[in-house]
Amino acid sequence: MHGDKRMKLLRGFLILLTLGLLGYGFYQAIYVAPTEATMGDVQRIFYYHVPSAMVSFLFFFASFVGSIIYLATRRNHPSRALAADALALASAEVGVVFCTVVLITGPLWARPVWGIWWTWDARLTTTMVLWLVYVSYLLLRRFAAGPQMQTLAAVLAIFGYVDVPIVYMSTRWWRTQHPAPVIGGGDGSGLAPSMATALWWNVLAWLAWGILIMVVRYAVERRRQRVEQHAALRALESSLEVAL
Amino acid sequence: MKRPSLKSTYLWTHLAKDLRIEWRSKDAINSMLFFALLVVVLFSLAFDPTISVSRQIAGGILCVATLFASVTALNQAWARELRHQVLDAQRMTPAPAASLFLGKVIANFLFVSVVQLLLAPLFIMFYNLRALGQGWLLALVLPLGTWALVVNGTFFAALSIRTRNRELLLPLILFPIFIPAMLAMVQASTAILTGESDPDLWIKMLAGYDVIFTTICLLLFETILHAE
Repeated sequence: MHGDKRMKLLRGFLILLTLGLLGYGFYQAIYVAPTEATMGDVQRIFYYHVPSAMVSFLFFFASFVGSIIYLATRRNHPSRALAADALALASAEVGVVFCTVVLITGPLWARPVWGIWWTWDARLTTTMVLWLVYVSYLLLRRFAAGPQMQTLAAVLAIFGYVDVPIVYMSTRWWRTQHPAPVIGGGDGSGLAPSMATALWWNVLAWLAWGILIMVVRYAVERRRQRVEQHAALRALESSLEVAL
Repeated sequence: MKRPSLKSTYLWTHLAKDLRIEWRSKDAINSMLFFALLVVVLFSLAFDPTISVSRQIAGGILCVATLFASVTALNQAWARELRHQVLDAQRMTPAPAASLFLGKVIANFLFVSVVQLLLAPLFIMFYNLRALGQGWLLALVLPLGTWALVVNGTFFAALSIRTRNRELLLPLILFPIFIPAMLAMVQASTAILTGESDPDLWIKMLAGYDVIFTTICLLLFETILHAE
């Protein structure tokens, strides 16, 4: 009971923090950051597009780690494995949401700036494949049932994660339209300091939002697991009573 | 009764069994062949490409035709083991799971290759093909691409065998993972057919993909087989 209360307080604090950060990030992106010289106001979509991409990669990585922990511990520490599985599921779902945002904001930005909605360039292709892989991961989780589903899903998550760098390299050799990395991309790259400030506030804000949703989703999944275990135990007990 | 002393004996037993079943029924090869033929005819009919255009798109069509056709056969590859609880028996044998997997992969690889060989003359006819690059390199690209498809396909077919809608699930999880190999296969065969660019890099990448995914499949197959 005590732990529950503390969790609730923590969650309330996280909600307030997230809302504050989102508000400040919006203010920075729309009012403080300067208008970009050649692209104009359309460039402000950058403050949502790039943070979403960063955060989605982070959550997919969390899902990959959760899947590995699940596979490694499922025999010896079943309860820890279940927690890892819930983490993998929750972060994959949040990652897919962010990835969807990236895939929607990207074409919206590309159309006025490049003159096209879409091109099969390295980063666009990688993001698209990443999205496809994790949607198929969520589909597999829906189609299979029981503890075997968790093992199968964890295996698929590992396959998907290994696939991504290969996709990236292959499309880089193929063609690249997307701008070279602006941040840490070597000489001549770099953002105006005021733009960087707005960017990092938005990264922080959307990361906080993602963590909040993930924590809630994780709690829901843990509760579902507990209900399932309880039901299984009840079924086992009632079958024993019949036998007696 | 003498126990087989070599790991390869297990592999050979699995492979011989799958080949014998296929030799008697010819289910997989017939259905794949007809399906691939339909795809080739439909594309040729729908686009009616000129000679130069067909050089550009033939690699892609061949790859997609193989992909669609092999999914129909791969779905059956494990479903056949479900009858009479054969798969449960396989789980209990002391033989290494990897040999079961590898035997099936090699068998399916042979089936798909036979289909490609039979399809090649028709393909050349419908699309009026003549390679402008080094045509013999196709003998390297196609097996590499087919291996990439079959090794992942067999693995995911085993993965989806115990789920609902398994026939539907296999392409849904196989296609996203297969995308880089498909890209490499298409780029390499287009480079060979048009003779405009060097397919070297793509062949290396296809080989790398094969090595990486064959390794992961062999490592994780035991987990899949014994998932409960």
